[in-house]
Amino acid sequence: MSKAIIMTGNSAAALAAKMCRIQVVAAYPITPQTSITEAISNYVESGELKAEYVRVESEHSALTVCIAASTVGARAFTSTSSHGLLYMHEQVHWAAGSRLPIVMCCVNRGVGAPWSIFNDQQDSVSQRDTGWIQLYCRDNQEIIDTVIQAYKIAEAVSVPVMVCYDGFVLSHTMMPVVVPMQEQVDAFLPPLKTSGHLDTANPRNINPVVFPWRRADSQGVMRDGYMEIRYKLHSALNDARGVITQVNGEYARVFGRDHGGLLWDYNANAAEILIVAMGSIASESMPAIDSLRAQGINVGLIGVRAFRPFPKLEVREKLAGAKAIIVLEKAISYGHDGALACELKAALYGSAVRVPFHSYVAGLGGRDVNAKEIEAAITDSLKQIAEGNLEPPTHWLNCRTE
Amino acid sequence: MPEKLFKVNLQEYMLPGQRACQGCGLSLSFRYILKALREDTIYTIPASCLTVLCGLYPTTAVRVPILNCTFPSTAASASGLVAGLRALNREETTVVAIAGDGGTLDIGIQALSGAVERETDFIFVCYDNEGYMNTGTQRSSATPIGATTTTTPLLTKQQHKKDMVRIMAAQDVPYISVSSPSYPLDLYDKFVKAKRIGGSRYMQIAVPCPPGWGYHSKDTVRMGKIAVEAGIVVLCEIEEGKFKFTGRSKVIAERGKRTTVNQYLEKQQRFRRMSTEQKEQFQQWVDTRWEEYREWSQR
Repeated sequence: MSKAIIMTGNSAAALAAKMCRIQVVAAYPITPQTSITEAISNYVESGELKAEYVRVESEHSALTVCIAASTVGARAFTSTSSHGLLYMHEQVHWAAGSRLPIVMCCVNRGVGAPWSIFNDQQDSVSQRDTGWIQLYCRDNQEIIDTVIQAYKIAEAVSVPVMVCYDGFVLSHTMMPVVVPMQEQVDAFLPPLKTSGHLDTANPRNINPVVFPWRRADSQGVMRDGYMEIRYKLHSALNDARGVITQVNGEYARVFGRDHGGLLWDYNANAAEILIVAMGSIASESMPAIDSLRAQGINVGLIGVRAFRPFPKLEVREKLAGAKAIIVLEKAISYGHDGALACELKAALYGSAVRVPFHSYVAGLGGRDVNAKEIEAAITDSLKQIAEGNLEPPTHWLNCRTE
Repeated sequence: MPEKLFKVNLQEYMLPGQRACQGCGLSLSFRYILKALREDTIYTIPASCLTVLCGLYPTTAVRVPILNCTFPSTAASASGLVAGLRALNREETTVVAIAGDGGTLDIGIQALSGAVERETDFIFVCYDNEGYMNTGTQRSSATPIGATTTTTPLLTKQQHKKDMVRIMAAQDVPYISVSSPSYPLDLYDKFVKAKRIGGSRYMQIAVPCPPGWGYHSKDTVRMGKIAVEAGIVVLCEIEEGKFKFTGRSKVIAERGKRTTVNQYLEKQQRFRRMSTEQKEQFQQWVDTRWEEYREWSQR
């Protein structure tokens, strides 16, 4: 039967990838992701995992190897962080445009200049518009479960999935993790179908130059232009909302753990003040919520798990009864608001929800954000709202700003 | 010679309707590459003249499986194909990466250097037309000294060509060759041989380019021959570090006499601004390299 083991987030990710019977792994070292690839190389060299491990010379090549391997029908995996993700940016677009079911872990880390090896989510958030599904994890249990779900989702909609989790806060922190049984994972995630891929028996020219307009093939059948191909990717991401929810439900039935699909919540039912957050800052908010509730403040939490596709209607529904919204996040859209705050405001436009909205950028470059600070921020926002400061610009939590 | 012709694969993999320029040295080369490598070969191609040659969606002029990849990623794309095919027990398929000189010597060199260092089992072909011809003749590190390009329009390129063959030899690539579409049987034989060898294989082809070099499209084969006669292009193989002249270059090395570079320079518009000093430097560069190769062949 399943057993709980104490492990880091990176160990959980590596173990999950192994249990998904990945066939090709390509990786390049970068902190704080490196220990995933070290663990997988151990699995491969010891014979525990039968996979081709390509020790590439850069992240650009790491994702390229996954793209090419996936094109011939192999289940491919890579992981990266920060500048590694940015260096492969061209291939991040290319993988989604190619509609390949690659899974990549992004162990979230701040982006230079100046250098930081520590955690925030600027790296993956800046890849928002590449056409990948992005799922954010709140703890190590969710990491192992999400990597397994990610392959099921990616292979159902032919869109790559980025499993994002906070560097060091989760990647290097030991937590008890219930490890699923291999037979159950095998039943949940059957081998990748190998038909329809690049094959010498059926020569095709994959991803050639495409015109803006639709064009007839040699049989006179009209084929997609560039824009139709883009629409199909967009449409696949929209469809992925239902698939993420469905896969989460199926996973919960088989493995007994429900991570909420697109969103999760904590004490949110009938809560008047709703905190919205993504990743470990959301789990860090839970003790703050407990403490505030003990003081009689009716506060709850919404955790955003899927940043892309963004759960617009689900967010509206969850926030429908809110009297105030406070967002906590580890990324900033420079010159505007926090990235998640922008998305939430856009999602609420045209809805009946017109309530005070505060947002906080916190923990950039690994600056500690603890439950006490989150509690103080919420208390301060509620005070400001009472004083009539209903929608100020994004606050910088625990940061000298004058 | 005539009987050698009969061994060339009669199957055509490049169909009418390919979109290369008139007189393209690449299209001559590619036709023979495809014939030599036959079926059960997968190609990966970055953004380049070859992308255009192969045709625009939803039609294609080539009857082989191709994976288009981004400009810097050709050799990594080949690495991924090799890994994927191995994982699926389809190791008998030959994986071939084909990039231009920009995609090989410039933006693609990191991925290529990595792939051959990992001893990836693939063929990397560099078709060297000495510039960014697909974007309209900009300078690359393969452009020779004295050539005008659209990014060296007045002063010409000031530096010599990067010697990629020696870079690959320095990485101990087990099979390296240089060929020319002006000698198609020499080219064909090298690719037939390469398909039989395992490990990394680096194959450079000196590809004349009528619009980029500024000569009439009917003169492509002649231009390739003049280059070989002058020792500007050296047909050769380097197997396990051992250098061998091949084909016409072998004849020149053994008995013949090289011509000067003058005829080659005079026949191309791109050298019209080349100074006398640059011409001397170019001749000296060709002479020095030829001597180094000759010594290498005697080692």
